[in-house]
Amino acid sequence: MTGQGFLQIAIYIITLLALAKPLGTYMARVYQDQTVGLNRWFAGIERLFYRLSGVKPEQEMRWTHYALAMLAFNLFGLLAVYGLQRFQDVLPLNPQTLPAVTPDSSFNTAVSFATNTNWQGYSGEATMSYLTQMLGLSVQNFVSAASGMAVLVALIRGFNRRNSNSIGNFWVDMTRSTLYILLPLSFLLAIVLVGQGVVQTFNPYQTVNLQEAVSYSAPKLDADGKAVVDAEGKPVTETVQTQQQTLAMGPAASQVAIKQLGTNGGGFFNVNSAHPFENPTPLSNFLEMLSILLIPAALCYTFGVMVGDTRQGWTILGAMTLVFVALVFVTVPAEQSGNPALNALGVDQNASAQQAGGNMEGKEARFGIVNSGLWAVATTAASNGSVNAMHDSFTPIGGMVPMWLMQLGEVIYGGVGSGLYGMIVFAIVAVFIAGLMIGRTPEYLGKKIEAYEMKMAAIVILIPPLMVLGGTALSVMLDAGKASIFNPGAHGFSEVLYAYSSAGNNNGSAFGGISANVPFYNFMLGLAMLFSRYWLMIPVLAIAGSLAAKKTVPVGAGTLPTHTPLFVVLLIVTVLMVGALTFVPALALGPIVEHLQMIGHH
Amino acid sequence: MSTYLKPAAMMLLLLTLVTGAAYPALVTVLAQALFSDQANGSLIKNQQGQLIGSELIGQTFSEPKYFWSRPSATGPYSYNAAASSGSNLGPTNPVLIDAVSARIKALKDADPGNKAPVPVDLITASASGLDPHISVAAAEYQIKRIAKIRKINEAKLHELVNAHTEGRQWLVFGEPRVNVLKLNLALDQTGH
Repeated sequence: MTGQGFLQIAIYIITLLALAKPLGTYMARVYQDQTVGLNRWFAGIERLFYRLSGVKPEQEMRWTHYALAMLAFNLFGLLAVYGLQRFQDVLPLNPQTLPAVTPDSSFNTAVSFATNTNWQGYSGEATMSYLTQMLGLSVQNFVSAASGMAVLVALIRGFNRRNSNSIGNFWVDMTRSTLYILLPLSFLLAIVLVGQGVVQTFNPYQTVNLQEAVSYSAPKLDADGKAVVDAEGKPVTETVQTQQQTLAMGPAASQVAIKQLGTNGGGFFNVNSAHPFENPTPLSNFLEMLSILLIPAALCYTFGVMVGDTRQGWTILGAMTLVFVALVFVTVPAEQSGNPALNALGVDQNASAQQAGGNMEGKEARFGIVNSGLWAVATTAASNGSVNAMHDSFTPIGGMVPMWLMQLGEVIYGGVGSGLYGMIVFAIVAVFIAGLMIGRTPEYLGKKIEAYEMKMAAIVILIPPLMVLGGTALSVMLDAGKASIFNPGAHGFSEVLYAYSSAGNNNGSAFGGISANVPFYNFMLGLAMLFSRYWLMIPVLAIAGSLAAKKTVPVGAGTLPTHTPLFVVLLIVTVLMVGALTFVPALALGPIVEHLQMIGHH
Repeated sequence: MSTYLKPAAMMLLLLTLVTGAAYPALVTVLAQALFSDQANGSLIKNQQGQLIGSELIGQTFSEPKYFWSRPSATGPYSYNAAASSGSNLGPTNPVLIDAVSARIKALKDADPGNKAPVPVDLITASASGLDPHISVAAAEYQIKRIAKIRKINEAKLHELVNAHTEGRQWLVFGEPRVNVLKLNLALDQTGH
């Protein structure tokens, strides 16, 4: 790695941590219903929303009611996205006259965006009308993120309250997350991104004349527009020349901003943030990459403020950051070392002042190795899933790290809201394990951790591995599952494992070679996304309800402090042990075998 | 259950109006007012006023007299900007090795005397299939070939490449690179 590479990574991490406190403080004020500067603009809209919807903002909910409200809201969102796709051909704002999306793909995409996964089986510019992108996908980018933040805030209230039967009001938490946090940040980011070159227009795709004609073979059509077939019934192809290029356009910047900030990750265009109209410059890349982890990191500080001890927030943020930095320095050097097979062909893969070098297949020249590797780790540490390079073409070890980060349960920063509530569940498990080891009653933030919390925590931790390993095993046994694999050998297995790791942890990135837009995968991955989102949210809310009803125990000699470096280590070990024990056997069959094959041949 | 359905439906409708309609509309209005060039695709026109490309989207260049772009994996033809795509070929896939070998051969055939190792970005497909840039090394590698065909001084081509090299943004971010379309347009302007 070059010094320049270290510098870019250092600037990224320092900026991220420096913003955690100001943004975290602001978000704590929003959730504690204190005045913020934006009240002047949004308080009226907020009250109007509650009045029109028949919501009484001061009315508190039990955890069961909170969960039902969240589920009902997400169900309607899912239906809306499904309907918009199915009828986009007859709806306005479809300048390319794109047809309606197939039922199985519509189902998959609706689930994907409602669950904050943003797995994309389709190609944006070839499938979705501007209206579907805006009214369907963009809206879910906001509200699925806001739903995750609401569940987190409810969990934090569980620690704060004593002898209480309520954990807040879902409608208020969700609305405030959207209006006061996600919307203003997205607005600012969108404008800056347009300044860098991200497109934002309602005009149709733009045709330009090329400097040099391109020839290609295309199926020959007869006068009626039907494909011509030869004597054996095979389609006849002919060589066609074109001197034009059609540039896909659209209102991209507004959607790109929220897909980065809301840990959604669903690209406006097929190749996501590798597309020059979605991520045109190194600066736009830095801002988009910063936005991936910005809110999840700052929420740790919010958590600290809300439980009345900011050290608790820093502890969790510290644990996340240590794992993140360590894994950045696995992926980036792995990519920088390049592909041994190309060295044998006389290719120069060394980094120099004139080139990034390294494994450049599936990477953009403006980003090089460092920014592609750093993005890959950030987007899978958070459950974002946007990409600026093709993970399928990463080296085996470079690609294994993103896969493993997802498999850890998306708790290294994780999704907005969901990452921190997942990490708090791991903290609960950590104090429980520590309690067993040293014979102390497990307590966390003044609450006794008992059998009920542990049962719920076990569900939260076990559902994603079940989806990932069960789904992968089933798919590689069935012909329908194997038919979609693109790359041969161990790498092909990695494609399937990556797909379920992504869907089963609500990430959304892919080893993109796999043909996932087929009924089998649309259905299977759709189910994985649904279970891994809601079967985690519901037990988390159950923990919140149970904790809120308990009394607070004062800190005593028998209390394990949870703001110390020791606890940072304990938390990291808990996360890594669960992740390693569960997934190392599967990883051994994919990336590890491929790595050995790659270095063994040369 | 109806206690939840009405607020759920109304809230979704209202938030759709704000985040799905008002927000993108407002961003569009501001974007068009402040940065209309960028918001519409950073398009390039020739002297006759015809659109000949975008600063941000690469084009295919395969004639030996031009600087070649990076390989593109879009279908059915390379640099199809209506269907962005990477190759998704894994590092141990024999198809990748074959493709790279063929690209190296094409470069060597066009410039038989060039024994320098080939810069990696010039023989690997980009992530988007639309990468407008090549590395500085990839541009330098092609200078000998173009100098011979165009009968132009190599030093002049080095100058041209230097003039079209974009450094790291704010001296820190990204990688140094050359915009192939802009470089080739300037190359044609030299009159050689």
